[in-house]
Amino acid sequence: MKAPLSWLKDYVDIDISAEELTEKLFSCGFEVEELIYPGKDISGVVVGEVIECEPVEGTHLHVCKVDCGERGVFQICCGADNVKKGIKAPVALVGATVYATAKDHVTVEGVMTIKKGKLRGIESEGMLCSGAEIGVNGDMFEGGDYCGLLILPKEFENGADVKPLLGLDDCVLDIAVTANRPDCQSILGIAREVAAVLKKELKEPDYSYTPVKDCEPVSISVEAPDLCPRYIGHCVSDVKIAVSPLWLRKRLALCGLRSINNIVDITNFILLEMGQPMHAFDLRTIGGRKIIVRRAEKGEKIVTLDENEFELDGENLVICDANKPVALAGIMGGLNSEIKDDTSDVLFEAAKFARDNIRKTSRALGQHSDSSALFEKGVYEYTTERAMKRALHLIEELGCGKICTMHTDVCAAVTEEKKLTCSVKKINALLGIEVPAEEMKNILSSLNFKVSLSNDTLSLTVPKYREDIDGYPDIAEEIIRFYGYSHINGTFLPSASITNGGYNEEQKTENSLKQTLSAKGLYEISTYSFYSPSDFDALHIPGDDALRKAIKILNPISEELSVMRTTLAPSMLQVITRNLRRGNLEGKVYELAKVYLADEIPVKTFPEERKTLSLGIWGKYDFFDLKGIIETVAESFNVKFNYVPSQRSWLHPGITAEILCDDIKIGYLGMISPQISAELALERDAYIAEIGYDELKKHRRPFRYKPLPKYAVETRDLALVCDCAISCGEIEREIYGACKYVTDVRLFDVYKGGQIGEGKKSMAFTVTFTPSEEEITTRIDGFVKKILGNLKFKLGVELR
Amino acid sequence: MEIHEKIKEIEDKISEALKNVKLSKHLQEVRMKFLGKTGEISELMKGMRDVPPEKRREVGQQLNEFRGRAEEKFNALNEELKAKELKEKIKAEAIDVTMPGRKPESGAFHPNTLIRDELVSVFAGMGFEVFEGPEIENDYYNFTALNTPKDHPARDMQDTFYITGDLLLRTQTSAGQIRVMENKKPPIKILSPGKVYRSDDDATHSPMFSQMEGLVVDKGITLCDLKGMLDEFARKVFGEGVKTRLRPSYFPFTEPSVEVDVSCFECGGKGCRLCKGTGWIEVLGAGMVNRRVLEGCGVDPDVYTGFAFGMGIERIAMLKYGINNMKLLFEGDVRFLKQFKG
Repeated sequence: MKAPLSWLKDYVDIDISAEELTEKLFSCGFEVEELIYPGKDISGVVVGEVIECEPVEGTHLHVCKVDCGERGVFQICCGADNVKKGIKAPVALVGATVYATAKDHVTVEGVMTIKKGKLRGIESEGMLCSGAEIGVNGDMFEGGDYCGLLILPKEFENGADVKPLLGLDDCVLDIAVTANRPDCQSILGIAREVAAVLKKELKEPDYSYTPVKDCEPVSISVEAPDLCPRYIGHCVSDVKIAVSPLWLRKRLALCGLRSINNIVDITNFILLEMGQPMHAFDLRTIGGRKIIVRRAEKGEKIVTLDENEFELDGENLVICDANKPVALAGIMGGLNSEIKDDTSDVLFEAAKFARDNIRKTSRALGQHSDSSALFEKGVYEYTTERAMKRALHLIEELGCGKICTMHTDVCAAVTEEKKLTCSVKKINALLGIEVPAEEMKNILSSLNFKVSLSNDTLSLTVPKYREDIDGYPDIAEEIIRFYGYSHINGTFLPSASITNGGYNEEQKTENSLKQTLSAKGLYEISTYSFYSPSDFDALHIPGDDALRKAIKILNPISEELSVMRTTLAPSMLQVITRNLRRGNLEGKVYELAKVYLADEIPVKTFPEERKTLSLGIWGKYDFFDLKGIIETVAESFNVKFNYVPSQRSWLHPGITAEILCDDIKIGYLGMISPQISAELALERDAYIAEIGYDELKKHRRPFRYKPLPKYAVETRDLALVCDCAISCGEIEREIYGACKYVTDVRLFDVYKGGQIGEGKKSMAFTVTFTPSEEEITTRIDGFVKKILGNLKFKLGVELR
Repeated sequence: MEIHEKIKEIEDKISEALKNVKLSKHLQEVRMKFLGKTGEISELMKGMRDVPPEKRREVGQQLNEFRGRAEEKFNALNEELKAKELKEKIKAEAIDVTMPGRKPESGAFHPNTLIRDELVSVFAGMGFEVFEGPEIENDYYNFTALNTPKDHPARDMQDTFYITGDLLLRTQTSAGQIRVMENKKPPIKILSPGKVYRSDDDATHSPMFSQMEGLVVDKGITLCDLKGMLDEFARKVFGEGVKTRLRPSYFPFTEPSVEVDVSCFECGGKGCRLCKGTGWIEVLGAGMVNRRVLEGCGVDPDVYTGFAFGMGIERIAMLKYGINNMKLLFEGDVRFLKQFKG
């Protein structure tokens, strides 16, 4: 919200600087995001009178003597076509800063400092300036758009600084307004806050006008009162379309709006001043002198002022005449009813449209305007009414038309003044401090509340433009933002009950898993919860795979971030790929995050959010490094995992295992398939794993102490020979199964080659026997015999 | 030959032999030659049996003395050599202590986890429990119950990702507030950390980020209590001497609402690049829980009051660790992650 200081001063006697005002506004909840100084780049430019002006032979130049009052008389060479003796113009003296312009004399190319110099050998002690060179356009000062010198009025004193004279000493406050204060989306609204914070009176603008002419009535009907609670129409006839006076153009210019003509400028001025978007229709074009506010018909079309055509539907609100839409309500007028140079009769519109409908239409059509922005934030009916009066006053003030008696106000319901009673004690109880009741009264009065105080009770009438005020906490906020947040001193819940805090058991388990992994050299990563449907293709996931049943985002930022992930594998693969491409040739990472699983697509109810652990290693590591990490995870949950060969479309068919916990599949691990690795040009082998964390944690067993064995453990090394097809896991299982005292079976060597024979391998295990109650040393040989017997019988394994 | 001559002869031999001994292990060999079981001295002593009895005493004494002398000599030299050798060994073993150590591989937590844990530990000490709600929420929990009905302009403050007309990716962890209040009677003190989603993507915004929400509901809770708690938070997270400042703001679910700034921990409030010269850094939004929100959850707002605060975990991480681009947090680049082995 841009508010020029000079404009605010119309309503409040501001006697502090813009910087000081910024501080004050900040304290009461309005952050000034930027102070814009239109003249910040201009310095050392004064009024000069050309007292001599001689042409330089053979050039377009004139050599002038310029009287700059107390600053002296300077010789200046000037190439402008409108330089002549007797004129006054801005003079940039030596050392002054002005804008450097391009050859067109309009486009600003930067800031330059004026130096003493010579043009065609003639000394020049400064520069006579155009409007563009000092940042003044035609809306800010008459003649500012001319590409020659900016001619200044005779009454300007020679030598005077031009900045205050041209309004370049102004300052525009760019203010952030919170969503609860649409009433402050206007100069007047901000002025009200300024008045309150400075404890000054607010000077209301003039709303008076006198109708002077009768005209044929315009019938106005609102067929969609839910979307248009108030619609005011008023006719003005005998309009003379002309350029607006400078003061009006200047106001618009400071707020970044370009002047169009007097009628359109008045509507824009009201938008800025009152925060009420208005529209003016050329009455000639309004068929049947009828205005109908209704929902558009499906397929109905409108071309807006900016010559864009839109096809509408029943969700869009339109303003129509007897035959056709003439405006897209609250967003933009129709090209067909635009004010033209020869317009003579005008219908002014001031209305309130439902904010969500304007937002929806504006979004759906991709059509935005200052008007739609305001309606989306919310316009109050009270403002609607006052804005029309103010606009008519300006018609009168500018003398640009005759105000008719024709005035129609379609109002669904007149809002009553809101009355409220609050307890002083309750307000203070919420704030935690003691604001004196009298002080509360003063603050609320300065905000235009009607206040009466009796004992503990404040009886309030809320200003009509404060629809945000609802209950005593709102009043507490109004009070504290003017009383000052610096009065709030920290206390430490003196009256609250004691509660026991911290992570719960489940969260602690999760933290300790992360702790384990980070301690084992893995880095935790965090990746987006959504990815692209094409990421499933990259993993060669078949079209009918359940993983592809991903939840879609209706309005994603892009296709790349459009489906909720059902597996963490694509994200992990992307991280590995990114690292390898950046030359990080080895790494170990993990992520504990959710996958989102729906029973049906599109989803009907809350989908399942399942926490999943994903692991990724690449570079110097291999399958067994990853498996070792997974076994560490198992250990930390006090469970034992089993592994069986498995398949995944993105993994090497021979280097993939299913992970089982208590015979339930809880995940997989494996090497990225060579094909995918080649497609992604991965320079190193990569291994990934996924474990269903929510499933895993169900199997977690608490750690319990087991008494230490009374007798020493015994170990035996067994070198076995078997078919290559027999897996380590099968042998381990047999060994465990053969003897209840076996507590550990550890493979320490695998050998294939000449001495063993074709299709055979040798595997060497260390088997640990742990005695429980009695000594077993003498029985070990018997156990080994049993183990070997079982191995031979069931798997054909021989002792080497 | 007389015994003393034999002794003399061997003694000379010993002296001669020892001249060339430089190492203790050679000395041992030489010693064996003379003092070993079959050594010359031992052999000489074996000759005692041929000595006539009347001389045995004298000869025996001479021999014993001689053996004692020889042993002493060997022992002395042995000690000398051993000392020398130890000295040399120590000298040879000297290493370049500036060579790099062998580190056991260690990983690290993600910066978000570090900050989350730090925040939780600060607030856990004040009695806050941790609650995690679902990330896919419905309109009611994310907006309506938080006093943000369908046409409310505050919905524009957050661009929401929708799954269906009703289901959405939560835009704020505040959604969790409602779930807690529906299921738990005051006193309530909860923290709700988690991922949230908004349709925003640039250097300081990411479509996914994390928030930490805090909620207190009890009898007699005031704005001053909020301030007190945040002062404690600022001091513990950003350092001793860091102050907080409240200023008015707006959130639909709190009233009054405040924006909370902390005094710049980089420059101490004098003004620097981090705080853009203002001396203050915006870190979180907070306020007294709106009566409508309490009512909607079945909490009587005339009996209970409360406050809520919410902060962006990435924002705190970026401020605290000086990370200039939010994207880095989600790329998984190990060069980045290695820097947080705190």
